[in-house]
Amino acid sequence: MSAPEPVRPDSPNLELDCRDLRCPLPIIELARHLGEVAVGETLAVVARDPAALIDVPAWARMKDQEYLGDDLTGDGVARFWVRRRS
Amino acid sequence: MSNSGRVAQTPPPVVWDAASAQALHPAAREVLLAALDAGYADPRRLHGAGRSARLLLDNAREVLAQGLGVRPDEVSLTSSGTDAVHRGLLGLLGGRARVASTVVRTAVEHSSVVHAISWAQAREVVVGVDRSGRAAPEAYAAAIAAAPAPVALVATHSANHEVGTVQPVEEVAAAIGGVPLMCNAAASAGRLPLPNGWSIATASAHKWGGPAGVGILCIRKGTRWRNPFPADDRIDERGCGFENVPSALAAAAALQATIAERKDVNTLHFRLIEKIRTRVAALPDVEVVGDPTNRLPHLLTFSCLYVDGEALVTELDRRGFGVASGSACTTSTLTPSHVLAAMGVLTHGNIRLSLPWVVPPAEGTQGPTSGIEADVERFLTELPLILGELRSRIGLA
Repeated sequence: MSAPEPVRPDSPNLELDCRDLRCPLPIIELARHLGEVAVGETLAVVARDPAALIDVPAWARMKDQEYLGDDLTGDGVARFWVRRRS
Repeated sequence: MSNSGRVAQTPPPVVWDAASAQALHPAAREVLLAALDAGYADPRRLHGAGRSARLLLDNAREVLAQGLGVRPDEVSLTSSGTDAVHRGLLGLLGGRARVASTVVRTAVEHSSVVHAISWAQAREVVVGVDRSGRAAPEAYAAAIAAAPAPVALVATHSANHEVGTVQPVEEVAAAIGGVPLMCNAAASAGRLPLPNGWSIATASAHKWGGPAGVGILCIRKGTRWRNPFPADDRIDERGCGFENVPSALAAAAALQATIAERKDVNTLHFRLIEKIRTRVAALPDVEVVGDPTNRLPHLLTFSCLYVDGEALVTELDRRGFGVASGSACTTSTLTPSHVLAAMGVLTHGNIRLSLPWVVPPAEGTQGPTSGIEADVERFLTELPLILGELRSRIGLA
């Protein structure tokens, strides 16, 4: 039903710990730190906020970045991946 | 507040939340006041006051049926739109219990539909929607074909209460063969004609300027429906509790007036929403959602990046605009709207505005429309300022 998972490296070039931040702060952190990775590199945001599952891909679409799907951190918190495209 | 002697020119607050509740239509107010005295009695009684109440109740049912394009004996009055959905859906499930128990529904149904299915512990198959919020007719057929057990009913809505997208109800009815269709028409009833093809249709009077506490349950003649709740010995055995005759009559009066006025009002609303839609879509980092043309005339939903929905609603309220939001931070559950989530659109910084019922004046005369036109202009001036201010606080302006 879902699209095939895009290929992700083993670990992101930058990981943002937003597990205790409420919507829309994880997205704000993504936007703030996008410039800290090079084009083609990845950044990921760790978030418990239930809106992140929808808002990270929506943000990537609106800002023309590539959403790479989600996985879990070692302690079981969702982590959402983005590749900087521009 | 100030000692300069000037009076602040604050415009009166406007409430752009008709999709939650619309102010009582003037025609309904008159009828309601009269019926409070004339229609208080038990309509089952044979005394004069009882017969008066019965007459008013029958009259209300007839006017409602006429307005909705159905037979009077297909209309039942319930205590709310939610109650109508519960009775309609569960009664249809009950009527089909021997042959099927699975429900097919869209991912963007009103929560009353979702909760009723869950309460019944029925198996469900959810039909996804596209980015605009529309579920394709062939997707229902595919869901029925793929369902692990026979399907008892298909639930769709006429138009979405959160994003305004109109669903292709009649095409869905044609696509699902003989499976009964339940159509929750609460978001569109009154403003738009009821679509065809359903076995059960539901609506709520306070969405068209009737009083709250009047739900409409239409059961198409010949539908197998079984009362899911304890029976009550009333005139209409499908409902429950003492009939609210004054409100029923007021709801009917509001519907009648709304239908008489809707061509002009819908035209005005459609144009104003199109204007707001175009201007808001041009703002930076804003996503306007829902179908741009195949939609409710009076409703617009959009989301703004990096902005907290609660802060946005509060700022708009402070500047005199009452609007709704589907953002997580504005809900009791702190989860984002399941409608926005199913559409895959941004959920934070979300605003839904739905314009109030304003009847345009005759050509060439000044009337209340100039007020709503000015409100729209003021909104379009204020919104970018608010977004700029909220975003500059976090350094993302």
